[in-house]
Amino acid sequence: MTTASPALDHGHASPHADDHGHPRTFIGKYIFSRDHKVIGIQFLITVFFTLALGGLLALGVRWQLAYPWKPFPILGELLWPESGGVMPAEFYPMLTTMHASVMIFLVVIPALTGAFGNFVIPLQIGARDMAFPTMNMLSYWFMWPALAFFGMSFFVEGGAAASGWTSYAPLSTVSQAAPGSMAGQTYWLYGLLCVGISSLLGSINYITTIVKLRTKGMKFFRMPMTTWSLFITAILQAFALPVLTAALIFQVLDREMGTAFFLPTDLSINNESAGIGGGHPLLWQHMFWFYSHPAVYIMILPAMGVVSDILCTFARKPLFGYKPMVLAICGIAGLGFIVWGHHMFQSGMNPALGMTFMTSTMLIALPSAVKTFNWLGTLWGSKIQWTTPMLNALSFVSMFVIGGLSGLFMAATTVDIFIHDTYFIVAHIHYVLFGGSLFGFFGGLYYWFPKMFGRQMSEFWGKVHFLGSFIFFNLVFFPMHILGMGGFPRRYADPYWFDTWKETLGMNRMMTVCAIFLGLWQIILVLNFVLSLFMGRKTDGNPWRSNSLEWMTPKVTPGHGNWGEKTPEVFRGPFEYGAPGCEDDGYLPQTAPPVSASESHG
Amino acid sequence: MNKFWIALFATVPIMAIAFFLIGMSKGNGLWLPVNITSIGEEIDHLFWVILALTGVTFFGVEAVFIWFLIKYGGDKNPGKGIYSHGNPKLETIWTIIPAGILVFLALYQYDTWKDAKFKVNAPSQDQPVHARVTGGQFEWRLTYPGADGQLDTADDLEQVNVLHVVKNEPTRLQLRSRDVLHSFFIPAARLKQDLVPGMPNQQMWFTVIHTDDDPSQADVHEIACAELCGWGHYKMRGFLKVHETREQFEAWFQDALAKQNATTEDLGLPE
Repeated sequence: MTTASPALDHGHASPHADDHGHPRTFIGKYIFSRDHKVIGIQFLITVFFTLALGGLLALGVRWQLAYPWKPFPILGELLWPESGGVMPAEFYPMLTTMHASVMIFLVVIPALTGAFGNFVIPLQIGARDMAFPTMNMLSYWFMWPALAFFGMSFFVEGGAAASGWTSYAPLSTVSQAAPGSMAGQTYWLYGLLCVGISSLLGSINYITTIVKLRTKGMKFFRMPMTTWSLFITAILQAFALPVLTAALIFQVLDREMGTAFFLPTDLSINNESAGIGGGHPLLWQHMFWFYSHPAVYIMILPAMGVVSDILCTFARKPLFGYKPMVLAICGIAGLGFIVWGHHMFQSGMNPALGMTFMTSTMLIALPSAVKTFNWLGTLWGSKIQWTTPMLNALSFVSMFVIGGLSGLFMAATTVDIFIHDTYFIVAHIHYVLFGGSLFGFFGGLYYWFPKMFGRQMSEFWGKVHFLGSFIFFNLVFFPMHILGMGGFPRRYADPYWFDTWKETLGMNRMMTVCAIFLGLWQIILVLNFVLSLFMGRKTDGNPWRSNSLEWMTPKVTPGHGNWGEKTPEVFRGPFEYGAPGCEDDGYLPQTAPPVSASESHG
Repeated sequence: MNKFWIALFATVPIMAIAFFLIGMSKGNGLWLPVNITSIGEEIDHLFWVILALTGVTFFGVEAVFIWFLIKYGGDKNPGKGIYSHGNPKLETIWTIIPAGILVFLALYQYDTWKDAKFKVNAPSQDQPVHARVTGGQFEWRLTYPGADGQLDTADDLEQVNVLHVVKNEPTRLQLRSRDVLHSFFIPAARLKQDLVPGMPNQQMWFTVIHTDDDPSQADVHEIACAELCGWGHYKMRGFLKVHETREQFEAWFQDALAKQNATTEDLGLPE
């Protein structure tokens, strides 16, 4: 598979191919770049900002749960002078809505598929760039209108969207239903449409690149797990996104054009008719979850891939059950399309359908279990190196076990009757998306930073960052399980109004204090990142002694076109640590010529 | 330093136990609330079954994880690990066993789920519903059929936020929404059902079989809204009042009806 597209091979035949024919202006090189590596780094840096924004919104939620109706520190006086800095009740659902929307659509998805997907895929498969560099550039730049729409929505009449990140109709669809359902909801819808375009451009690119641009010898089953997981994720996205896009457009039409896809006949809200009717609110839920359940896997699968790569590198061992791991990803992706109804067990959907969805949902736990066992198998007989990426990867495994097992409670329709829409689901999703995806992201960041910038992030401060994040993360989110068992409802501005939950205030205060520390602790990550850009220890091209192809670039930080005169040839799988002919620490890169006759034929 | 990280990962199961113990000892809001219905008993049973299964799995996985960290993470100068690509036999076993457990878990839920949600299993379907619950921003309206057993007639009793039921009598409710989605959630009954505009005949049924021993509680349990319904979502606090006998309920009912009629007549009088 040496056939790159002609456009990409153009100008790369000379010895200086690396530096030839690429933009020399600052804008062309760093702003409107079409180089996959620059685009990946652009996504990465953008994510630092959105992560801070999403985190601040989360702290707003936590403040209200710990100190309800008390003046919000620092920002309160500025935002709500008329109430002495106390957050109005209308604002609380905006916080929860926008926290989730930002974290899901502007942090986790762009961090894993955007930053790592762009940076890593072409390097791991030996390509010179993505198949469609211009589309790739656009996929980054469509994030900005999304960010702008989300940001502007706080300042329009009524404020930001406030009907949850799920935006259930009719609360979201009828403007008199909530202040956030005035202009803010429309902005939210437009923002999400832009995210959708960005994701779609990216996913088409990833699929094409991986299918067409693998270098010589890079068979599908020689690809590292990061690329495998991003490949499957891209397929998921390409098939699921059209349905969300349709749903978003339907909601825009319902709101702006007087259609009624999601509005039933004779609906009147706040004594005002909601229009002609004839639609059904559950249609939105079906369409929304048809995308958004696969989206949960879009957010976790790439992290699983990253973690698999990191575990092998620092265990100095091949991945335990490589093909079963790939099959497990495919299984999760396939089953992921037939489980969306488990979000709707109590929605009024036919309960017989609930039983079907429960069964498929139980089955999707299986590939997740297989993956966990295989990670444990990878650790068996390993030689663990306690680096920062490894700590984050081990933490992923440890946290994903909790997030996976807690999922079973909600997969069980009957138990879900009680814990649905309580803090149990909030605990579950944060163990998967923070304990899982974000720790996977941290791990990947420390891991690939040397390839991005030619320097290493400080291991010491990386470990300090990990230690605090791990402890505070658990103290914030583990108690949510027991709150959920107490029935503690999500999206309540003031649960203490109920006798059932008023005694949880102490626990909630503890969680909020830890959440503040968790937020502040991320400053260490940002400082480590920024300072290491200039002061980090300079590295050679492969500081971790990793076997996979992305570390084999001729330059420490690959230039435009990644490879020299020719793209490299690959002779074996990515995780052949300890194979016959390896070096003392198990090092045997994918590009090393065959050491035995059997290998050269394999 | 290796030992430090191993110890850190070992704190996870300890932390889990600690929080569960705190929850169990504190009760109120941090553990399963009091349960008063027969369906609630079944749901709690299933909860415990899953808790036991996941608990055993969790501690099993954590034990192996930490054991491996200790065994393979101690070296100061690591070399290469064992060259192994897996073990198909082992992998088959650890695929089939969880698959069996998961299918069992799904099947084991079916009966209770049918009892709780299939309308064909609702009690006293030939009888009129006990009451209609109408969710609206941000209150619950309760409508009881009067002597004629029919809703939407002149002798209906209209109430706000307090649902009265009788102990040991199957209670069937009709649920509907006046505006946006709501979810009728009675933690003490373990039940929850979304109210959907356009679906005017959603139903919920249960039988209260336990009542409080504590007379000061007066057998009142809270009702909450569990589906985001707007800025006042958290304000949709309702109550479930359990009457020991049918007679007590009837006495309350007649009294409330009389008050309602008196109010209606008062309003009819010219000033």
